[in-house]
Amino acid sequence: MNSVVRYFTDIYKGVTSLWTGMKVTGKYFISPGEIVTEQYPENRATLKMEDRFKGEVIMPHDENNQHKCTGCGICEVNCPNGSIEIITKKVPNEQGKMVRAIDKHIYHLSMCTFCELCIKTCPFDAITWGQDFEHAVFDRTRLTRVLNRPGSSLKKKEVKS
Amino acid sequence: MILEIYSFSTLTSSIDEGLNSVMAPWLVTLTEFVIVGIVFLLFYALLGLFLVYLERKVCAVIQNRIGPNRVGKWGMFQTIADLIKLLMKELITIKNADKFLFNLAPFIVIITSFMAIAALPFAKGLQAIDLNIGIFYVMAVSSLGVVGILIAGWSSNSKYSLIGAMRSGAQIISYELSVGLSLLAIVIFSGSMQLSTIVESQADGWWIFKGHIPALFAFVLYLIAATAEINRGPFDLAEAESELTAGFHTEYSGIKFAFFFLAEYINMFIVAAIATTLFLGGWMPLHIGGWEGFNQIMDYIPSIVWFFGKTFVIIYIIMWFKWTFPRLRIDQLLNLEWKYLLPLNLMNIVLISFVVLIGLYFK
Ligand code: SF4
Ligand code: SF4
Repeated sequence: MNSVVRYFTDIYKGVTSLWTGMKVTGKYFISPGEIVTEQYPENRATLKMEDRFKGEVIMPHDENNQHKCTGCGICEVNCPNGSIEIITKKVPNEQGKMVRAIDKHIYHLSMCTFCELCIKTCPFDAITWGQDFEHAVFDRTRLTRVLNRPGSSLKKKEVKS
Repeated sequence: MILEIYSFSTLTSSIDEGLNSVMAPWLVTLTEFVIVGIVFLLFYALLGLFLVYLERKVCAVIQNRIGPNRVGKWGMFQTIADLIKLLMKELITIKNADKFLFNLAPFIVIITSFMAIAALPFAKGLQAIDLNIGIFYVMAVSSLGVVGILIAGWSSNSKYSLIGAMRSGAQIISYELSVGLSLLAIVIFSGSMQLSTIVESQADGWWIFKGHIPALFAFVLYLIAATAEINRGPFDLAEAESELTAGFHTEYSGIKFAFFFLAEYINMFIVAAIATTLFLGGWMPLHIGGWEGFNQIMDYIPSIVWFFGKTFVIIYIIMWFKWTFPRLRIDQLLNLEWKYLLPLNLMNIVLISFVVLIGLYFK
């Protein structure tokens, strides 16, 4: 007897839970909420990507054309597929000593898998994600980028007073 | 009764007479075969294109999207563009595949759905062939489609295809029983297997109303079992994308793939049309016994509009299922059939026989 009761309560429960689901989708069918479709090429001007969107690796520069990259090469070591090449140079500092500085931070967008390991491991937070995603070009070499701008220099750490 | 101006029999019989006056009887039969064939071919293609478009729009609205909207107004020509693309695709021949069976399979699938569509009464006087065992015939040919699916899976020389085909076989063989038993409910009510007689028997009320609770029950069971029989979500294990890439039609490309795709949508239409014919009165307008004025107003709507209106409501319900429920596992699928649907169906049959025997339904 018990099992018979359980059999029918099972059916009842199943049907009610299915009906709950159908009510939700049915409601959306009759009164769709906010339409999430992006009319992409037309809405280029107003398109706003999500904050966490991974478009490409970029190196932010401030108004004095300064960045935070020291040329330590940690990102290069951590990139699983060799998308980053760091070329350093020696420049004299205030005391006249020769110290290492970044010459070219080369980023191969064509090989990047957007794993974020370089950004996660950079000890100076010098690189981050850019939101641009229209990367189509006619020549593969144009996907190789130098992230530090020409003539840029390392931003000095603010000395705490 | 139904207004005669909406009857297609005047049109069909005038064509018949016109042909008879100019050629020999055997030639007339042949020409009529060809005409019916061409009409069905056109209907089939247009319906397939429309259903694919409809499905994409319905699922888009359910998911708060817009759906196709680029080709033509509201994306109306999207499926036509897709068809042109599919026609131009290369037909890839698979290494070590059984070539003959591989090429045969899509045709088996599509021919069976053609055969089923032939027996459907679309409107008053618009039925290609009115067999006296109509339901039996439709069920028999529509379950032949699984042969095509099994052959496709077997001949592709691919494990995904084979698993998909085996699942499909297990699924159709088991759900066939439930479909048959729930259709039997209406056969008991109307006392006939001929589709035209069944439609006539609903002139004063559809079976779903006249047969009250047991008929409603049979209707729901039929909808569930039929959704499973046509391999549609949530019962689309045969082509479970996430597990089997595309199931039995993984290896097919171009127009051969399109055949499977088209047959699937036409099968959905057939299943909905059978539900309409048996439970919702087919092309019969909504009649309520005794309300003469109301019945007359309903008669002004042509029977073909009634038929397609009701069929598309059922098609919408089937789409609603697909875009609501997650896919079942194979053991859940077989459990649902053998432990729930089949016993309930058998109980329902006994109940209906009892109801009919003591005349507990609206006549
Ligand atoms: S995101 Fe990953 S793959 Fe791309 S450059 Fe950084 S570490 Fe390399
Ligand atoms: S981007 Fe960061 S990790 Fe890479 S070289 Fe510059 S400072 Fe070092």
